[in-house]
Amino acid sequence: MHERTLLEQAQALRAGEVSSVELTRSYLERIKAHDGSINSFITVTEEQALAQAEAADRAHSAGEAGPLTGVPLAHKDIFCTRGVKTSCGSRMLDNFVSPYDATVVERLGAAGMVMLGKTNMDEFAMGSSNEPSHYGPVRNPWDLERVPGGSSGGSAAAVAARLAPAATATDTGGSIRQPATFCGVTGLKPTYGRVSRFGMVAYASSLDQGGMLGVSAEDCAALLGAMAGFDSRDSTSVDHPVPDYSKEMAQPIDGLRLGLPKEFFDDRLDARIRAAVEEAVAAWEGQGAKPVEISLPNLELATPAYYVIASAECSSNLARYDGVRYGHRCQDPEDLEDLFCRSREEGFGAEVRRRIMLGTYALSAGYRDAYYGRAQRVRQLIRRDFQQAFEKVDAIAAPVSPVLPFKLGEKMQDPVAMYLIDCYTIPVNLAGLPGLSLPARPVDGLPTGMQLIGNYFDEAQLLGFGAAWQRETDWHRQVPPEFA
Amino acid sequence: MSEWETVIGLEVHTQLSTRSKLFSAASTQFGAEPNRQACGIDLALPGVLPVVNREAIRMAVLFGLSVGAKIRTPCVFARKNYFYPDLPRGYQISQYELPIVEGGMIEIELQDGSRRQIDLTRAHLEEDAGKLLHEGYAGESAVDLNRAGVPLMEIVSEPQMRSPEEASAYMRAVHGIVTFLEICDGNMEQGSFRCDANISMRRKGETELGVKVELKNINSFRFVERALRYEQQRQVEALESGEPIIQETRQYDPAADRTRPMRVKEYADDYRYFPDPDLLPVVVDEAMQAELAESLPELPQARKARLVEQYALAADLAAVLVQSRQWADYFEAAVEAGASASTAARWITGEVFAHMHKHSTEEVEPPVSADSLAQLLKCIDSGVVSNSAAKEVLAAMWQGEGEAETIIEARGLRQVGAGADLDQWVDQAIEAHPDEAAQYRGGKDRLLGFFVGQVMKASGGKADPKQVSEQLRAKLQVD
Repeated sequence: MHERTLLEQAQALRAGEVSSVELTRSYLERIKAHDGSINSFITVTEEQALAQAEAADRAHSAGEAGPLTGVPLAHKDIFCTRGVKTSCGSRMLDNFVSPYDATVVERLGAAGMVMLGKTNMDEFAMGSSNEPSHYGPVRNPWDLERVPGGSSGGSAAAVAARLAPAATATDTGGSIRQPATFCGVTGLKPTYGRVSRFGMVAYASSLDQGGMLGVSAEDCAALLGAMAGFDSRDSTSVDHPVPDYSKEMAQPIDGLRLGLPKEFFDDRLDARIRAAVEEAVAAWEGQGAKPVEISLPNLELATPAYYVIASAECSSNLARYDGVRYGHRCQDPEDLEDLFCRSREEGFGAEVRRRIMLGTYALSAGYRDAYYGRAQRVRQLIRRDFQQAFEKVDAIAAPVSPVLPFKLGEKMQDPVAMYLIDCYTIPVNLAGLPGLSLPARPVDGLPTGMQLIGNYFDEAQLLGFGAAWQRETDWHRQVPPEFA
Repeated sequence: MSEWETVIGLEVHTQLSTRSKLFSAASTQFGAEPNRQACGIDLALPGVLPVVNREAIRMAVLFGLSVGAKIRTPCVFARKNYFYPDLPRGYQISQYELPIVEGGMIEIELQDGSRRQIDLTRAHLEEDAGKLLHEGYAGESAVDLNRAGVPLMEIVSEPQMRSPEEASAYMRAVHGIVTFLEICDGNMEQGSFRCDANISMRRKGETELGVKVELKNINSFRFVERALRYEQQRQVEALESGEPIIQETRQYDPAADRTRPMRVKEYADDYRYFPDPDLLPVVVDEAMQAELAESLPELPQARKARLVEQYALAADLAAVLVQSRQWADYFEAAVEAGASASTAARWITGEVFAHMHKHSTEEVEPPVSADSLAQLLKCIDSGVVSNSAAKEVLAAMWQGEGEAETIIEARGLRQVGAGADLDQWVDQAIEAHPDEAAQYRGGKDRLLGFFVGQVMKASGGKADPKQVSEQLRAKLQVD
C-alpha cells in the first residue's frame, strides 16, 4: 500500500480493499522499522491513530466517509495538536502539550484523516537542513549522510521514505519546497492567507504559510482542498472561495505562458540541476506551454531583506517563551531577569538565538529605518517585479535550490552559506505567492527538482503543470531503495 | 510664582465597555477570580492569533467623531516589545505611528464659568496588561491575566493646560464625554478611568517647554488637581533655587499630599515598535463613520446648556445633573412624567443622590423609577405632603414599599392644613410652655422655632410648617 499515492489509498479504502486500521497499522510498523535511520518523527501517536482509524472505518461502513476519510498523514510539529506534545523542534517546548488543535489539524481531522504523529523540523522552523533540532538531525532517505533540507525536513523525509502518505508542512522562506526537492517529493506552499495560520507556531507571521508534502501534485490538491479557506481566528487568512482543485487542475496547460526568470538561472545554480529543470520545461513545452524569458531585477535583494524581516518578526514572536506560563523554565532563578535570560538561553538553540539577536538589532531605535524599513521597501520591489512578470506570463518555472542535498555538518559552521541556499525560494514568500516544488531527474542518485510560481490564488494552475509533468515521468513515485 | 507659567498635558486612559477583550473572546467583567477570564489568546499560547474586536473600533470612532477629530483609515496596530511577567506575548499590541483618532478638541469649563478649548493630539487603542500578585504566595509572585487584553483607549491632549484646575476640568470633561457616549463606565475606583499628567514650568513669555515630569496613574479629579498643585510648587521652588528639574516619573501619594519619584524600570525604553503582522490595517469606511455620526448622543456641555435653557435650571444644578448621562436622563424623564423641573432637579441632586450613596455603590440603577419619583414630587408641589414627610416617603419607596400615594395614605402623612387639629396643637404648645411664651413676647423671636418644633412633634410631622409658624405668630401676638 505504501507505494501508492494518497489518492490511490483513499480509493482502496472506498473500495474496501483495505481498512483504515490496516493501513494505519502498516504505516505505524514502517515507522517503527525505518524511522530509526532517518529520525523524521518527534512523536508517534499510535493509540490515537488507531482510534481515529477505527472511527474512519465505521464512517466508511456507515456510508458517511468523505474522500479523505481514513487516510493517514503526519503533522509537522509546528502545528498545535490537542493533548499531544507540540515541540516545534525546540527544547523550549519539549514539555508543551497543546490544549487546542490548529485550524489545519482540525480541518484535516474533520475530513476523517488519521494522524500518525508529529514530524521533526528545524527548531522553530529556522533552518534549511533540519540539523538544528532539539531532537537531533533528520537524515535524507536517499543518502543517510545527507540532509533532507528544512525546515520541514521531517515531513519531507517521512513522505520520501513512505512512512506517511503525506504530511503537513510550513514554508517561511522555502521550508516546504526545499526539503521537497532534497527528498524527491511534491510540496506546495499556497498563497499567503490561503491556509489559516491559527495554531501554527509563528516564526515570521507575514511570511509563514502552511502547506503540505505529498507524493503527487494530485495528492497535494486533495489536501489543499481540505485545508484551505477563511478562518475568522486568523485575521490574515483571506476570504476567497476555495475551488475544487482536483477538477480545476485538470485543465490542459496548452497555450499557457511559462516564464523563465534569467536571475534564477545564474551561475550560483548547479549545472546538473539546471539541466534537470530545463528537461521539465521542454516537457511542458511539448504539451503546448510557451516558455518566455523574463526578468525579476530585484531578486538579488531578496535574501538580505528576508533575513531582516523574518528575524525582526521572530524576535517579537518568540518573546512569549519567557519561562513564566509554559515551556522551559530554568532551575532556581535568582530574580526576574535571571528567569527570563536563563530560561531563554537554555530553551533556545544557537540558530534561534542568532535570529532573535539579528531581529532585535534590526528593530532597535536608530537602526529600524535602515534595516527593517529598507527591507520592507525591498519587499515592495520584489512584489512589483512579480506583478509585472505576471502581466506577461501565467506561471514561472525556476529551480528550488542552487545545490544538491549536502552532507550533514557541511554548512553548520557557516550560517550565511546556509542562508544563501534559500535564494530561489525566499522571493516567493516575500511576495506572498504560491509555489509548487516538483521532483525532477535525479543526479547521481540524489533528487533534484524545480518550482512553479503562480499568481495569487492560482494554486490550481500550478498543480495542473505539476500533474502534466508527473503524467510523463515517475520521479515522484520512486522510493529510496532502503525504504522500498 | 507669578513669573512662572505652568504647562500641563494629560494622557487619559479609558477602559472601553466592550464585553470581550480587544483581541480575544474572553470576558472583561471586573472582579473574577484570577485567570478565570484569560483564554489561550490572552495566555499567548504558541500558535494563537489576535483578532480585533470591532466593537472597540466602533467606540474609538464614536469618541473621535464626538470631539471633531479625524478618523484615520486605515489605522495600524503595532507591537510594543518588552519583557514583563504580566505581558504574556512579550509585546503589547498598541497603536504607534498610525492611531485611529487624530486631533480633535475638548472644551473645558472652569469654576468661574470661563471656558477654554484644549486640543487633542490623538487617541489610540491598546490592550491592558495583567497584574502581578505579591501577597499570599510564600515570598513568590503570581500573575493574574484577567486584565490582560482588556481594551483601553488612551486620549492624549496637547500640552495646553495652564493650571491644575484646568487639568481637573479637562479630566472631568473627558469623563463626561466617554460616559455619555457609553463607551466607558467611568469607574475610577476600579481603574476604568485614570490619567497620567505631564507637567513642566517655564518663565512667562518663553516658548520652549521646560523639563517635564510625568505623574502616573491618577484616578480622581481631586487628586489630579492636588498632585499638580504640589508638583507646580515643587518645581518652582527647585527652579528658583537654581536646581534642575529631572525628567522623571512620579507618583502622587494622596495621604501625604505629595509626589514621589517612582522606581525606574531597569530596562531601557527601546520598545522596537513595528506594525503587528498578525493584524491587518483597520479600515473604517465612510458608511460606518456616517452611521456612527448619526448615532452620536447629546454630549454633556450641550445638554447642560439645553437643561438651563429649556427648564430654567440654575447652571450649577444642571452641571451636577450632566455629570452622568443616566441622571440627566432620569431628570428629564421625571419632568416628562409631570414633576416640576426645579423640584425634580433639587430632589434628584439632593435626596436621590444621598440614597444612592448611602446604599451599595455597586447599584447602578435607582430602585425608584423617574416616573414614581415624579408622582411624589407632584405631591410636594401641590402641598399634599410636607418636604420632611416626603423624605420619609422616598425612603420607604427606596425600600420597595410601593408608590408615593400608597405610602402617604398608609402612613397617614397627608399634610394637615389649617383646621381644628392645628388650632388645638398650637394652643396646647403655648399653654404647656408659658415661660417660653412670655420670653417670646418679651422679644426673644428665635423661640418661635421652639414652638414650631413642639407643634410638629404633636402632629407627628404632618403639619405644614409654614402654616404652623403663621398660626403661632398670630396667637403668641394676640395673647
